Amino acid sequence: MKTDKIKLNKNFRENILTYGIVILAYIVIQIMIGTGNISSLMQGLLVPLCTYVILAVSLNLTVGILGELSLGHAGFMCVGAFAGAFFSKCMKDVITVGLLRFILAILIGGICAALIGFLIGMPVLRLKGDYLAIVTLAFGEIIKNVVNVLYIGKDSKGIHFSMKDSLSLGLEEEGEVIINGAQGITGTPKDSTFTIGIILILLTLFIVLNLINSRDGRAIMSIRDNLIAAESIGINVTKYKLMAFSVSAALAGVAGVLYSHNLNSLMATPKNFGYNMSIMILVFVVLGGIGNIRGSMIAAVVLTLLPELLRGLNNYRMLIYAIVLIIMMLFNWSPKLIELRKRFSPKRLLKKTREVQ
Amino acid sequence: MSFISYLINGISLGSVYAIIALGYTMVYGIAKMLNFAHGDVIMVGAFTIFYAVSMQGLPPLLGILLAVVLCTVLGIAIEYVAYRPLRQAASSLAVLITAIGVSYLLQNLALLIFGANTKAFTSVVTIPAVKLADGQVTISGETIVTIICCIVIMIGLTVFINKTKAGQAMLAVSEDKGAAQLMGINVNATISLTFAIGSALAAIAGMLLCSAYPSLTPYTGSMPGIKAFVAAVFGGIGSIPGALIGGIALGIIEILGKAYISSQMADAIVFLVLIIVLLVKPTGILGKKIQEKV
Repeated sequence: MKTDKIKLNKNFRENILTYGIVILAYIVIQIMIGTGNISSLMQGLLVPLCTYVILAVSLNLTVGILGELSLGHAGFMCVGAFAGAFFSKCMKDVITVGLLRFILAILIGGICAALIGFLIGMPVLRLKGDYLAIVTLAFGEIIKNVVNVLYIGKDSKGIHFSMKDSLSLGLEEEGEVIINGAQGITGTPKDSTFTIGIILILLTLFIVLNLINSRDGRAIMSIRDNLIAAESIGINVTKYKLMAFSVSAALAGVAGVLYSHNLNSLMATPKNFGYNMSIMILVFVVLGGIGNIRGSMIAAVVLTLLPELLRGLNNYRMLIYAIVLIIMMLFNWSPKLIELRKRFSPKRLLKKTREVQ
Repeated sequence: MSFISYLINGISLGSVYAIIALGYTMVYGIAKMLNFAHGDVIMVGAFTIFYAVSMQGLPPLLGILLAVVLCTVLGIAIEYVAYRPLRQAASSLAVLITAIGVSYLLQNLALLIFGANTKAFTSVVTIPAVKLADGQVTISGETIVTIICCIVIMIGLTVFINKTKAGQAMLAVSEDKGAAQLMGINVNATISLTFAIGSALAAIAGMLLCSAYPSLTPYTGSMPGIKAFVAAVFGGIGSIPGALIGGIALGIIEILGKAYISSQMADAIVFLVLIIVLLVKPTGILGKKIQEKV
């Protein structure tokens, strides 16, 4: 009984620490903004930073907790971004309260992404390992491609839809093209703020951490550790895989809504919604520690800030970024270096003295 | 008649994909890792030829030779520095991320040396175009060279793997690393050799790709790299004939999709076909079915 209590407490403490870091970071940055100690460049980076943190945490659910490699996370973000921005632009005149509209947009973005995640997950999660990875990459690229040829307009008769060009929508004169193919959506209300971003991070953490520590979460982790064993004790593998995958997609969608409401014009380019983005999120997750939620959060912040901090080195900054990434990976994962690190780690020395006592 | 020329273009593009996919598939078969930096080795090869031939005025054959040598050395070096320390790592994802890091590194090195603006790559192929059926179908010299190269490489590689000792060692290592080591095979050397061959092929692929599509930037290699990776999976990753089938199929689908359906959607069509193939046959067309045991 006693050990149970301690374990629960440990979980609880860990989670409180995670939330605490976020809140502390928020307070520190607010003070820095208040005293004017933060450059406008950094201020512009705050909302994207929140977006990346949410993306990293949500991908960690698929990669770390479910144990499936997904290379299409940016695709779900794309769905969320466009669904949310579409809703906001449609409702710009109907719902004038910015916050209410934004909350609804977040809900819609999340639900749309979850739906797409569910639909993709159903056939795809039967595949394993690298095959699953390549199929998720393929789906991410397809989503980006489809969004690029999508035209949606609105007039008094309702919503028109085409995949050819904006003329074939057949809009009335006062009609408005909302999604204009490769030009995307322009004039999305700028509803995203740093405060909302932090609230969304906390919400994401709440959802993910609670899922991990629940009965469902343990079922998901048992699938990761041994699929056949999990199946043989009666865990519904498909159900739990889909659950983790859809929740992860929904949170990516929420990140997408946050992202899109920070930009004046939203376009689906290879840079923001292509596989490059998916890979970048995966880098956050793996560098931060697979399955370690707090780690992926920190990695997302560090790796986003690193190129900005190196801005003084202009041309060399991405080169240094690449080298730092390789060295960090080698240092974190190479068995020989881990052995070396353990030998000199302060934790081990502390433990030794404690054991002696 | 236009259908036939599209088809020939498709086979030509597919041949390039097949050559790149060979690099992916061999490395995957032997080291069980996705070498994301492979696409950028193509770019390095193309830039080497561009530098030697267009900027220094060396003869094209010498330029190609230089590119092959440089890429081979680069491939071995990347494996030694970035991948070998992680071979025994707890998670196979670690080496994947390191490969991504290497890919960023190569792209940014090229960016620093050659700048971001697009270079016009002068084709190194001097064979004149062939006209068939009263000039209705034109086959460019690049197409002919590409297809011949692909056939020669395929035959050469198959003979190498099945007839030589080093090739057999590769098969053994890809089957079971531990057992191969017990039989006296130098596993590290064999893996290095695989990377060397894959990277040499990437240099040739870079030459063919940029001769056919003569624009060169530091990011030239990444999309063909991804497509070739798709081709390798399509044909069954780890299988050499699979890479050929996957590459050619992908090239034809892409060109025909561009011509008849929608040029913007061509990539989406390629990926959709991949998904359908994998859903029907989860390990690719020629992939081995692995029975999982508890």
